[in-house]
Amino acid sequence: MLADKDRIFTNLYGFQDWGLKAAQQRGDWDDTKALIARGHDNIIEEVKASGLRGRGGAGFPTGLKWSFMPKESKDGRPSFLVINADESEPGSCKDREIIRHDPHKLIEGALVSGYAMRARAAYIYIRGEYIREAETLQAAIDEAYDAGLIGKNAAKSGYDFDVFLHRGAGAYICGEETAMIESLEGKKGQPRLKPPFPAGAGLYGCPTTVNNVESIAVVPTILRRGASWFASFGRENNKGTKLFQISGHVNKPCVVEEALSIPFSELIEKHCGGITGGKDNLLAVIPGGSSVPLVPAEQIWDAPMDFDGLKDLGSGLGTAGVIVMDKSTDIVRAISRISYFYKHESCGQCTPCREGTGWMWRMMERLRTGDAAIEEIDMLQQVTKQVEGHTICALGDAAAWPIQGLIRHFRPELERRIEEHNAQFAEAAE
Amino acid sequence: MPKVTVDGQEIEVPEGATVLQACELAGKEIPRFCYHERLSIAGNCRMCLVEVKPGPPKPQASCALPATDGQEIRTDTPMVKTAREGVMEFLLINHPLDCPICDQGGECDLQDQSIAYGRGATRYTMNKRAVTEKYMGPLIKTIMTRCIHCTRCVRFSEEIAGVDEIGALGRGEDMEITTYLEQAAEHELSANVIDLCPVGALTSRPYAFEARPWELKKTLSIDVSDAVGANIRLDSRGREVMRALPRINDDVNEEWISDKARYQIDGLSRRRLDKVFMRQKSGKGRGKLQEASWDEAFKAIAKAKPGKDIAAIAGDMVDCETMFAAKALLKACGSTLLEGRQTGMDYDVSNLAAVNFNSTFAGIETADAILIVGSHIRWEAPLVNVRLRKAVKRGAKVFVVGPFWDTTYPAVFLGDELSVLGDLPDEVAEVFNSAERPAIIMGGAALAQGALGAGLRFADQFQLVRDGWNGFNVLHFSAARMGGLMLGYAQKGGMKDIVEAKPKVVISLGADEMDFEPFADTLKVYIGHHGDKGAHAADIILPGASYAEKDGTYVNTEGRVQFAEKAVFAPGDAREDWTILRALADALKVEVGFDSFAQLQSAMIAEVPSLGEEGLADLGGLPKADEKATAEGTISAYPIKDFYLTNPIARASEVMHRCSAELLHGGELAEAAE
Repeated sequence: MLADKDRIFTNLYGFQDWGLKAAQQRGDWDDTKALIARGHDNIIEEVKASGLRGRGGAGFPTGLKWSFMPKESKDGRPSFLVINADESEPGSCKDREIIRHDPHKLIEGALVSGYAMRARAAYIYIRGEYIREAETLQAAIDEAYDAGLIGKNAAKSGYDFDVFLHRGAGAYICGEETAMIESLEGKKGQPRLKPPFPAGAGLYGCPTTVNNVESIAVVPTILRRGASWFASFGRENNKGTKLFQISGHVNKPCVVEEALSIPFSELIEKHCGGITGGKDNLLAVIPGGSSVPLVPAEQIWDAPMDFDGLKDLGSGLGTAGVIVMDKSTDIVRAISRISYFYKHESCGQCTPCREGTGWMWRMMERLRTGDAAIEEIDMLQQVTKQVEGHTICALGDAAAWPIQGLIRHFRPELERRIEEHNAQFAEAAE
Repeated sequence: MPKVTVDGQEIEVPEGATVLQACELAGKEIPRFCYHERLSIAGNCRMCLVEVKPGPPKPQASCALPATDGQEIRTDTPMVKTAREGVMEFLLINHPLDCPICDQGGECDLQDQSIAYGRGATRYTMNKRAVTEKYMGPLIKTIMTRCIHCTRCVRFSEEIAGVDEIGALGRGEDMEITTYLEQAAEHELSANVIDLCPVGALTSRPYAFEARPWELKKTLSIDVSDAVGANIRLDSRGREVMRALPRINDDVNEEWISDKARYQIDGLSRRRLDKVFMRQKSGKGRGKLQEASWDEAFKAIAKAKPGKDIAAIAGDMVDCETMFAAKALLKACGSTLLEGRQTGMDYDVSNLAAVNFNSTFAGIETADAILIVGSHIRWEAPLVNVRLRKAVKRGAKVFVVGPFWDTTYPAVFLGDELSVLGDLPDEVAEVFNSAERPAIIMGGAALAQGALGAGLRFADQFQLVRDGWNGFNVLHFSAARMGGLMLGYAQKGGMKDIVEAKPKVVISLGADEMDFEPFADTLKVYIGHHGDKGAHAADIILPGASYAEKDGTYVNTEGRVQFAEKAVFAPGDAREDWTILRALADALKVEVGFDSFAQLQSAMIAEVPSLGEEGLADLGGLPKADEKATAEGTISAYPIKDFYLTNPIARASEVMHRCSAELLHGGELAEAAE
């Protein structure tokens, strides 16, 4: 279990005030000037050394991502940092806790990492439904401006840096980095083609890095306590601490900061008071937010909760939004509901996702009631394969994976429903 | 130049090429729906997927992927095949199976590609999506259930037409393409989206359910609705022209034509002159037009004994051959009273380069400073406006002298005073001084005010002619104008000279815009195809052929000689114009020196050699500018009052009248209804 002294988010539960004074007492904004004085490349190297991987789901090494940004502007274009606070993944709720209880960690992180990547400004794109959170964050930004921590000569470092808050309008797809950039520019939130990548031409055609809230918020602490401290948690290639969000059939659902690679069992037993009805009542777990495949109980129990450990199980860490389902769950219905979500949130730009998500959801609804033929399970599997990897952005993959997980682990359940349903009608027909 | 391998075949591709272009260079066909050479890359249909190494182990959209050195592209692997099948299956699950009643049938990309790349049967058994129709105006018919969301139409109106009218609403499978507030698409190029639409979602409303593509005879022709000379294809069935479609010519119209060029063709079968008519001089029907025979008409003309007192006025849409035949007739009679500028313009034509669009349409795209003087280009030459929009996108600055019109690109209006030509504001002069390829475009409104000399002086002052660049342009809007000027259809004093010569006979070659009043005592012979203004004023009407009904040579405003072919036969007793003039020569007992169209053409080419060669005519260099030339006066209005009704064919067209009423005067009607 992570010791309290090693926690980065010390006000995660809001027991203290979120304001600037309280934040400074917790150590935020403590000599930020010195952090910046380390220099652009030094900060990037430190973050690289810490092994920090992007906390938004894909797990791309953060320091490496920053190093793609141009070292100097050859044509006068400024660089931008875009912070992804459009936390819409079902099962995820970590950014919300950071923003409402520890917003200054994020703002300080924005300044430090913006400086490291030579950005002129940071745009924080916050989910439209986060109304109170947006108010808090805006108030925190205003506080920071008033205190001279950002803006001209931010934190007396001699570096000019602005932070803007932009509220989304409720589309899940705007959490995809290029769709977010489109949306920030005032256009319809639809992902862009890559290449060009945002680091080459992003927001308003300028070099841009899009990072998750958590990735940015942990940066000042990493710099203060050192890369080696951060890297001391977790397994090789899965370093650091992480906010886990456990929801579903546990006795005490919670958001908790833990070291990566913590076994699932420990996470559940220590922080969540165990599975409802005990360990044996566990059916399956979706370990990383709705877009990763589910993992059945017997495989997940001792698995290390990190990027590679869950990848080995055919799933992923995603945002670490752990959805726990006990045996009272109608697993087919649960996955069908997720399919509906993706059908509803598909932007409609590219063919496989636009047409495929609707097809998959309708098929799932039929499998839910068993109104299908056994062969159609294989057909559904093929359809998910036709969507996966054929789309502009990853939403197509995200829509396909949960169904693939279901078919992989719960095919007998699907077949049972079909047989029962068809037997019932065969009887009635006689 | 990057070297790539396509299916094992190594080729070199140009810098900046995409993988799709590389595959095409290697002779591989890549299916596509959203990709279009002239539009930005959307990459949304996912039909062009290919396998590319190095890269992620999944198929890549070839239209959006740059070709880089050492790439190994495969278009024939099982992965590519299944990917295409998959995408095709997705496109078809919500596409209605109504090909038998779809106007796109037979020329539908989806139909063709589903045969080539699709699976044999459907696996989707649930209900298909239905989408409500969207109103897009009198020209575009929508069946949006068929839409595959390729967004070509959206990109066309944004990028080419410069009018943000079409877009997508909603998301996911509920995404729908529609016009803003479901109003009609209101620009001059709107119907090009019909050609762009790869399926039958946007089809031609006037042409709905008229014909199948395989029933139509296709004839290569030239559009005469303006002086751009857009290359078109006339599709005809029997004696009727069913539709006009653009042909690709990067020098002239790229791949677009204006709505007028496309839809005036229904006017070809309305209000036609298909019999000889003569105005009764006495009796009950005095002053009325009465049917007559060719013989009677020719006798009546001979009876007028014109001698050398005969004049010919060319209309806006006649071909060079007709004009030459009339010229030969007049020459045989001893007359040179030829004029084509019906509205009375009298600009100097001693040097044809000075009344020509010298930059060429493709060239004007590369201009970096453009001064438009007295031209409503969107109406006078919509396709040139497209080019100007491209120039602006590349960084050109545009200034306009004349009343405001919506340019579709940023432009600075310098007021209506022509004197500004010799006295540009400093910041504008600075732009032209520092420009590398400065240009001026003089329109009809400027020529009518006598501003040509001042324009030439402007060209001199800012060195519009330099190495490899000629920035002096005159934009005509009559298809016959440049050909007429090359054939000498211009008097020093314009129409005034003709009036003063008091000819006994005036032959009007489809001239409908001129004022017939001064010719009250003259025998007016109208050779033309529509019962328009000219026919109403005429004493004798000899029914001729329209551009679709005769072979002919046309010269566009850049001096480009183009040849159009005959698509259908003229209706009734109407004859090809040159045969009428040839017969008239016999009636007047003079020799014109040709008995066949071929002889006529070779006589014409002998006189004006450049008319014998398709392509840009060599009109020589600009004349020396007159140091003292100035321009006075104001441009209070542009000559075209109604884009859709500029010529007798369009005025006879129901579709054009509907467009005019709805798209140009719709607001007034709506107001009146309140």
